[in-house]
Amino acid sequence: MIDVLIIGGGNAALCAALMACEAGASVLLLEASPREWRGGNSQHTRNLRCMHDAPQDVLVDAYPEEEYWQDLLKVTGGKTNEELARLVIRESSSCRDWMRQHGVHFQPPLSGALHVARTNAFFMGGGKALVNAYYRSAEQLGVQIRYDVPVEDLEIRDGRFVAALVPEREVNGTRLAAERIEAKSCVLASGGFESNRDWLREAWGMNERGEYPSDNFLIRGTRFNKGTLLKRMLSLGADSIGDPTQAHMVAIDARAPLYDGGICTRIDCVSLGVVVNNEGKRFYDEGEDFWPKRYAIWGRLVAQQPGQIGYSIIDSKAVGNFMPPVFPGNKADSFEQLADQLGLPRETFVRTIQEYNKACRPGSFNHTELDDCVTEGIIPAKTHWARPIDTPPFYGYALRPGVTFTYLGLKTDKTAAVHFADQPSKNLFVAGEMMAGNVLGMGYTAGVGMSIGTAFGRIAGRNAALSSLGRSPA
Amino acid sequence: MNAESNLIPVLNIDEEEVNRQMQICNACRYCEGFCAVFPAMTQRLEFGKADIHYLANLCHNCGACLHACQYAAPHEFEVNIPKSMAKVRLKTYTDYAWPQKLGGLYQRNGLTLALSSALGLGLFLVLTLLIQGSLFSKIEGGDFYQIFPHNTLVTMFGSVFIFSILALVLGVVRFWRQVAPREKLQQEHAPVLMQVGEAALTLKYLDGGHGQGCNNEDDAYTLARRRFHHLTFYGFMLCLSATSVATLYHYFMGWEAPYPIFSLPVMLGIIGGLGLLVGPAGLLYLNYKRHPEHGDQAQRPMDRAFIVLLFMISLTGLLLLGFRESTLMPLMLALHLGFVMAFFLTMPYSKFGHGFYRCAALFKFYLETLKDNKSKR
Ligand SMILES: Cc1cc2nc3c(=O)[nH]c(=O)nc-3n(C[C@H](O)[C@H](O)[C@H](O)COP(=O)(O)OP(=O)(O)OC[C@H]3O[C@@H](n4cnc5c(N)ncnc54)[C@H](O)[C@@H]3O)c2cc1C
Ligand code: HEM
Ligand code: SF4
Ligand code: SF4
Repeated sequence: MIDVLIIGGGNAALCAALMACEAGASVLLLEASPREWRGGNSQHTRNLRCMHDAPQDVLVDAYPEEEYWQDLLKVTGGKTNEELARLVIRESSSCRDWMRQHGVHFQPPLSGALHVARTNAFFMGGGKALVNAYYRSAEQLGVQIRYDVPVEDLEIRDGRFVAALVPEREVNGTRLAAERIEAKSCVLASGGFESNRDWLREAWGMNERGEYPSDNFLIRGTRFNKGTLLKRMLSLGADSIGDPTQAHMVAIDARAPLYDGGICTRIDCVSLGVVVNNEGKRFYDEGEDFWPKRYAIWGRLVAQQPGQIGYSIIDSKAVGNFMPPVFPGNKADSFEQLADQLGLPRETFVRTIQEYNKACRPGSFNHTELDDCVTEGIIPAKTHWARPIDTPPFYGYALRPGVTFTYLGLKTDKTAAVHFADQPSKNLFVAGEMMAGNVLGMGYTAGVGMSIGTAFGRIAGRNAALSSLGRSPA
Repeated sequence: MNAESNLIPVLNIDEEEVNRQMQICNACRYCEGFCAVFPAMTQRLEFGKADIHYLANLCHNCGACLHACQYAAPHEFEVNIPKSMAKVRLKTYTDYAWPQKLGGLYQRNGLTLALSSALGLGLFLVLTLLIQGSLFSKIEGGDFYQIFPHNTLVTMFGSVFIFSILALVLGVVRFWRQVAPREKLQQEHAPVLMQVGEAALTLKYLDGGHGQGCNNEDDAYTLARRRFHHLTFYGFMLCLSATSVATLYHYFMGWEAPYPIFSLPVMLGIIGGLGLLVGPAGLLYLNYKRHPEHGDQAQRPMDRAFIVLLFMISLTGLLLLGFRESTLMPLMLALHLGFVMAFFLTMPYSKFGHGFYRCAALFKFYLETLKDNKSKR
């Protein structure tokens, strides 16, 4: 029998596998996806939020524990666990040497992301390069890795993990028999449920217009995070944490693929123009704050609009002032043409833009600060960067809500143990997105997902190894 | 300005593919740390023909950004930068070649090199037979000028070499005019040239940005390709300098070949020759091991033919040295001269051009970086 079974194939799973292996356990990792899709949402990431008291290779200045903690407190509105959060924060200051040992390379912030030069260390080549490095290292250390193995169920006896059950399945045209895989201990790191359309429907329900909003959500990450084990664990009586109806959502290009659109589908020009819904009306202050601080609320805002769609409208003054979008926008020389191209009601759309233009007060435009360009007399107001949209050609980008991850997870403590009726399991642990809600009950701040996954992946792996050797978690 | 340059040149299929992928990369930028291509890309919002030709030659085909790409196939975006860049790169060699008509030789380059080798070999075998009556005869002191007088060789090789270098330079100049139409060399460019030299001589952009090297058969990094290229490149340069030193000896010192083993030209030739033997052998091995999605499969014959030609030059050169005192000497001489002639003839129409085009692209890159830094100050 194998010592430690790891279920999942993203950052948290790999960190756990490597640590368990280093602690002397025999390790088997089961990844639901085929090899070419391995790495879950982790393959789409780009950075890690790191505490540091002084400049550290690619990180400038300092980002002390207290400031990190305050940032977390702020974004989560208090929905966090201070003990676990501080654990993650401290781990983030020391884990990078270990990451490097396993082949991860860091680089200074990417152009267009300089605002996080102090707080975030970027992975050279992004998350897929990180995932590749971990898989290589794991293989070298002797971790057994199996792809195309979606675990469907778990056998739990008296709060102890016994075995994982894999259903009969077809892989590349071959039928594979159902399997029952036993292990002395187990780490669950199989992500959230963002690609489970039925569950999203259930969570989001029907709106007052009779629509199922989630049917129009795009999933920014992997298609393999269906939450199968999360659901099973909850029905097996594991303690949960986080709001089951909540997900982190951003506004992305409506033409993005249904899954795995990743980072490049974001639309960064919202604050430089206006956003209308499919009735041609504005619905929120586009200039409330800097875009990196606001993009996450726009997913939800768009989700609340009829048809779950919005349209970011800019003129040619804005071109070059934002990260280039992946697909070219609709381009027209008049508002009427643009309305036709985007399929918006002409009159309302043109009226919206004209009213907005008239409401713009003169000011000195500066996109790098909260400037004094504001509107007057319209609702909703635009409170910064309000410049008339008057210089053709005009551009329009359709927006849809793009789900990054879900918040619902399993409750845990500083040993990463899964809890049943408040009692920690002796041999079942959890890491990554599946427990991120303990630290991040709400909101988000760049790079914290990987910090949580790395910290708890490492803890879970070590403790699973200890447990398999008959020792208690440290 | 003439009318033509007002038109925006239409992109062909391969260029359009680079354009499409660059739009994706520019919205992603995860690979910025690997090489020069991505920092050059971020300076642009749109990619015209000239930009695409420039970027294609800036790419070192290292493979890093393919393995790290979350949009690589089976993702529907099918991003494969090394492949799409390689396709355009070949097109630039073809299009900018001088004279233009001969650029077509790039399209079937394996064949081109094979034919020119056959031609070179045939020529020198027949000439040896005509002059010597046999391919096997012992010549005192291994003096090959007894077979081909010095002046004959200088005339034959000198003229071909000068033509080829000229043709190559003209091609690169045409490329430069397209990608950097308004650039003129100025004094302040000296440090930029130093940067180009350093990047080319160290193959900086095959180090992966982290120093662990580029990719070959899979997502693991390796320095092997860079090291074998160094052996090849420096081996080649040593061989070239062996010949140059010998020429200087001949004309200025009046010292005539053959030189003893422990003379400068022969030592340079031996060391260089060994480099040019091991380097290409390693590159060939790596080329066969290479991940199938790296670069353009259709160009493997061009790459391999070039590698084999280099290897043969070195092998026959070393054999010539080894057997210069024996009856095999005339045969070895004919073989060596034949391969060298083939190499010289095809210089402007073989993979040899890659170094020149890459250096031009690197020059543009460092010029742009300089300007960018200035505008930020
Ligand atoms: C586009 C995008 C960009 C992001 N950028 C960042 C960033 O820059 N920094 C940051 O900190 N966070 C970022 N995040 C969040 C980050 O991706 C997650 O916090 C983190 O990757 C979670 O890691 P994980 O290992 O828990 O989950 P994942 O990486 O999603 O891994 C889950 C794994 O479990 C497997 N799996 C699922 N179900 C089963 C099953 N039944 N059986 C077996 N295996 C299963 C999946 O195939 C997958 O391999 C980003 C997210 C997205 C979508
Ligand atoms: C002057 C600067 C040079 C630079 C910057 C340079 C750069 C490169 C790079 C980046 C590659 C790998 C990418 C590819 O496959 O296209 C390569 C391949 C190669 N180079 Fe160079 N090179 C230079 C000069 C030379 C010279 C002078 C020679 C030999 C005479 C040479 C021989 C080769 C060979 C044989 C390969 C083929 C490897 C393969 O296909 O697997 N290079 N070069
Ligand atoms: S190659 Fe892929 S990962 Fe790299 S910058 Fe381009 S799109 Fe991004
Ligand atoms: S293949 Fe290598 S050199 Fe070419 S663009 Fe990608 S990372 Fe840069």
